[in-house]
Amino acid sequence: MLTSYVPIFIFIVIAAAFAAFTIVFARLVSAQKPNAIKLEPYECGIEAAGDARDRYSIRYYLIAMLFVIFDVETVFMFPWAVSLGKLAVFGLIEMLLFLFILVVGYFYAWRKGALEWQL
Amino acid sequence: MFDTNELVINMGPQHPSTHGVLRVILRLDGERVIGSDVVIGYLHRGVEKLCEHRDWAQIVLITDRMDYVAAASNNLGYVETVEKLMSIEVPRRARYIRTILAELQRIASHCLWLGTHAMDIGAMTVFLYAFRERELVLDLFEEYCGARLTYNAMRVGGLPLDIPPGWDRKVRDFCDILGPKVDEYEQLLTHNRIWLERTRGVGVIPGEDAVAIGLSGPPLRGSGIPRDVRKDEPYAAYAEFDFDIPIGAAGDTYDRYLVRIEEFRQSVRIIRQALDGLPEGPILGKVPRLIKPPAGETYHAIEAPKGELGYFIASDGKSNTPYRFRVRPPSFCNLQALSRLIKGHLVADVVALIGSLDIVLGEVDR
Amino acid sequence: MPAWLPPPAVLAHLGLILVVFNMLVLSAAFMVWMERKVCAYIQDRNGPNRVGFEGVLQPFADVIKLLFKEELRPKAADALLFAIAPVISAAAAFAAFAVIPFGTSTTLWGLLDQPIPLQVTDVNVAVLVIFAITSMGIYGIVLAGWSSNSKYSLLGGLRSSAQMISYELSYGLALAAVIMLAGSLSLREIVLNQAGTWWGFIPRWYVFLQPIGFLIFMTAGVAETNRAPFDFPEAEQELVAGYHTEYSSMSFAMFFLAEYVNMVTVSAVATSLFLGGWLGPFLPDWLAWVWFLVKVFLILFFYVWMRWTLPRYRYDQLMEFGWKYLLPVAVLNLLATAALILWIG
Repeated sequence: MLTSYVPIFIFIVIAAAFAAFTIVFARLVSAQKPNAIKLEPYECGIEAAGDARDRYSIRYYLIAMLFVIFDVETVFMFPWAVSLGKLAVFGLIEMLLFLFILVVGYFYAWRKGALEWQL
Repeated sequence: MFDTNELVINMGPQHPSTHGVLRVILRLDGERVIGSDVVIGYLHRGVEKLCEHRDWAQIVLITDRMDYVAAASNNLGYVETVEKLMSIEVPRRARYIRTILAELQRIASHCLWLGTHAMDIGAMTVFLYAFRERELVLDLFEEYCGARLTYNAMRVGGLPLDIPPGWDRKVRDFCDILGPKVDEYEQLLTHNRIWLERTRGVGVIPGEDAVAIGLSGPPLRGSGIPRDVRKDEPYAAYAEFDFDIPIGAAGDTYDRYLVRIEEFRQSVRIIRQALDGLPEGPILGKVPRLIKPPAGETYHAIEAPKGELGYFIASDGKSNTPYRFRVRPPSFCNLQALSRLIKGHLVADVVALIGSLDIVLGEVDR
Repeated sequence: MPAWLPPPAVLAHLGLILVVFNMLVLSAAFMVWMERKVCAYIQDRNGPNRVGFEGVLQPFADVIKLLFKEELRPKAADALLFAIAPVISAAAAFAAFAVIPFGTSTTLWGLLDQPIPLQVTDVNVAVLVIFAITSMGIYGIVLAGWSSNSKYSLLGGLRSSAQMISYELSYGLALAAVIMLAGSLSLREIVLNQAGTWWGFIPRWYVFLQPIGFLIFMTAGVAETNRAPFDFPEAEQELVAGYHTEYSSMSFAMFFLAEYVNMVTVSAVATSLFLGGWLGPFLPDWLAWVWFLVKVFLILFFYVWMRWTLPRYRYDQLMEFGWKYLLPVAVLNLLATAALILWIG
């Protein structure tokens, strides 16, 4: 029943409205006296060395890719987990097969050092 | 794949964990430090030059302001250097009390180090525990000389004040309190898995490199070099006491931590022996009314809480002020290792390593 | 009753939503106070004790102070994203609580014909909803970190994403094991499945059937809420304030609020999944929510206790821990659970 999601939606709207309202309200009631120095990004009292919008290496990107794969796997496990009672042993074996393939990939990634991003 | 740039980030001078106004310019690859530049001088007050324009007796007060969390050690180093220059014999009672003060100071300084070091690694509670005990030491100092931070507690030839009645009893009580408290710190940290993972193998510096860089104090002993001025060139009354010099093996942050923790216990041991054998007698030796050392120069070092604190003083024998005054501050020399230690580590380790070197910027910049 | 009003059930439902929302805000305020008070006692000091009895009104005083603070936005920041990041954070933190049942049902002392359940809504895939919404909260943090155009914020945002990919898998797998036991994705059904006792005194809570799953969930929960020892995105000793370095005034307060509401939500989820939700002895049905509060409070206390006892981990260590220890254990736990269910029946 999709109607049961309506309260969640109402809840999100209330929360977002509450947050937005308080932020705007605070802006209205508080003193705003910006100046150039206040509007500098914080860098320990020193003028920033370069911009923060550069292209930086994110060393763990390989894990991030693995994460996407494994996250999909996790989502796949939810329906299986709910209906395990009906699928019975057949379901378990199917899942073992499915997991086996993933585990091989997991260990391959591990051996290849994808999980050792910090080195 | 893609070209990525280094992230250059200023850590300090206004940063919660650079222990004052140290500025470290980090060049990062992701969060890994690939290079760094340590910038100092934000707290430079010209202490050495200032001392060349002050009476010999006034300088004691200026030395307080260098390592301001270990003022008594600074005083001790200075007065002993002048005594050496003037060949003054210091009475035994004064030397004993000086030793007690210096060791209390070591405990106070290590409390501050432990608190901030643990806080840098995220253990906030240890910070408050350590400061609680440091407060007791400050109370003792307050009772002795009236000041809690910058004591001006010594003078050339001896001490300005004898210990107040009952003070030795209170120091003894403090020693009884501190022992279990150190065990308490250890319970929170020493065998904590997270603490071990954050400190073991982080910032390793082998013994010979530590010597080459010029480290001293706990960072040197953490690398397994048993160098301690108290043992090697005894001053004050250290020759008369029995104590051990803890040393580490791996030279990592954890070993430096263990060395300092053990130094708490050794300090307590020294204080207890000094109190047991505290001799009667005068607290001031034969000192001329006007201190004017003969022409000459000398270097004298003591083991301050942070390492070897040396004074080089030259006198021309004519004026009332030193001709040349130079300090070898342990923090400054230890700080030289920082760039090397943090290379290849993550930003989180940088703060751990700054804490592990135990620097005080008042002393680095002078 | 005038005809233009919606039916009483709908009104009651809207009222319930407002009540739950307010309770969440209040519980966050209470948590701030409790955190400071517990931390103070752990650290051998008094903590806030000026505003109100033992400082209970301190959080409100803080909010009023923040309300009148100047709101600053770095001039190079991305205005839109900078503005909506705290809203996303707060909204996501609140929304997840919508599917959590905290009591049986009520007719409001006979005012309603049909009893309404004490829960904002009972959706049949509640666990998935929670899983989805709590992940949304990360967007607030990452966007805040990036849009500030400050390097400390940026590092905080990046750490947040690194953290998310470290714990989320194990978190999901721990949930899956519980779902398997209950055979349902609805939190109300999961809780009801835990009714009764073994041998008359051990409650049939899933924490006893899924001890490993519970541990994994709690560990991941700490990472999820950015709490110490996994508080990398805002580690103040390293990144000053992390992703919210540049935020001030109410925008900052929203991140703060979101963090505490998130804690309440994670504790509530843990309570529902592992500790039998509102189920408990002695209390009549209409007071069952007291049990729920007690359990949530205990978990929250545990989180506070842990934060003020342990040092901080490093984020690469969490990633290694998540991928090399938690994940295999979570997978094995799930398979073992499946095998046992099929074997025992």
